[in-house]
Amino acid sequence: MDRSVLEGDPHSVIEGMAIAAYAIGANQGYVYIRAEYPLAVKRLKNAINQAKEYGLLGENIFGTNFSFDLEIRLGAGAFVCGEETALLASIEGYRGEPRTKPPFPANKGLWGKPTIINNVETFANIAPIMLRGAKWFRSLGTEKSPGTKVFALAGKVNNVGLVEVPMGTTLREVIFDIGGGIRDNKKFKAVQTGGPSGGCIPAEYLDTPIDFDTLTALGSMMGSGGMIVMDENTCMPDVAKFYLEFSVEESCGKCTPCRIGNVRLLETLDKITSGRATMEDLERMKILGKTIKDSALCGLGQTSPNPILSTMYYFKDEYEAHVLDKTCPAGVCKNLITYKIDKDKCVGCTACARVCPVEAISGSIKNPHEIDQEVCIKCGACYATCRFGAIEKI
Amino acid sequence: MSVELESKFKQVEEYIDSLNLEGKDKVTKRSYLIHVLHKAQEIIGYLPIEVQKIIAKKLDVHASDVYGVVTFYNFFSMKPKGKYPINVCLGTACYVRGSGEILEEFKKQLGIKENETTGDGLFSIHAVRCVGACGLAPVVMIGDEVHGRLTTKDVKRLIKEYREKDK
Repeated sequence: MDRSVLEGDPHSVIEGMAIAAYAIGANQGYVYIRAEYPLAVKRLKNAINQAKEYGLLGENIFGTNFSFDLEIRLGAGAFVCGEETALLASIEGYRGEPRTKPPFPANKGLWGKPTIINNVETFANIAPIMLRGAKWFRSLGTEKSPGTKVFALAGKVNNVGLVEVPMGTTLREVIFDIGGGIRDNKKFKAVQTGGPSGGCIPAEYLDTPIDFDTLTALGSMMGSGGMIVMDENTCMPDVAKFYLEFSVEESCGKCTPCRIGNVRLLETLDKITSGRATMEDLERMKILGKTIKDSALCGLGQTSPNPILSTMYYFKDEYEAHVLDKTCPAGVCKNLITYKIDKDKCVGCTACARVCPVEAISGSIKNPHEIDQEVCIKCGACYATCRFGAIEKI
Repeated sequence: MSVELESKFKQVEEYIDSLNLEGKDKVTKRSYLIHVLHKAQEIIGYLPIEVQKIIAKKLDVHASDVYGVVTFYNFFSMKPKGKYPINVCLGTACYVRGSGEILEEFKKQLGIKENETTGDGLFSIHAVRCVGACGLAPVVMIGDEVHGRLTTKDVKRLIKEYREKDK
């Protein structure tokens, strides 16, 4: 979302920053951009040069005694640098590790000087609000969350892309109306909002009007504005594991709850998805998750258990199926699925036996084949090859 | 050290000189560290320890601090990448559409693990987090080129395409 604003309308961000700088009396601004967005960097550079040419940036803007200059600073692939104090450290040329707050950046920020940090979308909103007035902005959205919000709709929906809606629009409207529903007529299972540390919201809450408070109340968050739709083929413990792998990898390692706690959570999820976990593991995971939320130093650690806690709450049955019955209802977790050949459907074409990398499939031509479960490595090659739907995934 | 590498180190030094930081205070010089590392990686392709030492000296930063920054950020690499680095996006949107399987397929086809380079120096495989092209999920970037809406069946074709390109 922020990438497309920087690529499509970089001047809106420059203007918002200049106004904010005027308001607080700042003379120097920095735009911190991910190095993964080279086009955004190029266009913003262009826009800054244009603004300087027109005297909208630089010395004595519009002939006043107000001067403001902008510089671009590139990130280098560290997710934690989205945390404000880590971002400041990165601009100063250090490892992007957050520090304790207070002091907040507004008191002690870049190089120890008072600093305000805002997101791209926030700055882009400033000029329209000043032109049309706060009343206009408040007329959109809900009372507590006025205005509009852009969501990045992705995953298993028909229409993917950026969606700008007034705050208070329901999840159902965004996913089924604008998003055009679920791909391949599959069943909606959950929507994950807010980026890697948001939570998963199940079908029962599709009619919730979206704003900052309602998403938090559902155990998720607005966060990045990402909205990933998942269908019935998604395994929730597997998704939670996916998110946690990310948090573990991106943890800066400064505080213990995040550095060690998340690794312990990941180990437990690994036990669950491979069928080695007990009910006590589930309980311990819940307590540990809450402890990490309460004790981690920055936003990354304080939210990293969200995907686990929310999926454990809304999809308890699925976790229990992994732990008690040692099955994966969505058919994702390799260790918990078995491939079987339906003797009535198998025509003995030998296609599966030929693709099997471990020669686990036996049978003669035109006769039903069989999979030796001892040898099978559950790679799924046979399942993908069979043209008669004779191979079942249980 | 090869002559080629030496001339690239020289280019990095010249670039730092062009920033006119001579005489500036330590804090200002330090703030250019990440910027300079980006440039150095662009010139050399990776950040060997020798160039880290050069940058440390030029920017008046301890070499261990430079190493600390290089190893902290994913974008910086101390190993040379392949001529065509294959970056498989493992952002959520791509993951739920099967990019994990595509990553496995690349590893299988090329016979290397993540962050390794093939013997001929042509390919290296990397997992990256969200390249911001979620609408095209699942996405793989090979060099600067984005390939979207892929399935495991496309993997062989892509490898072949780039092999032929190199001939």
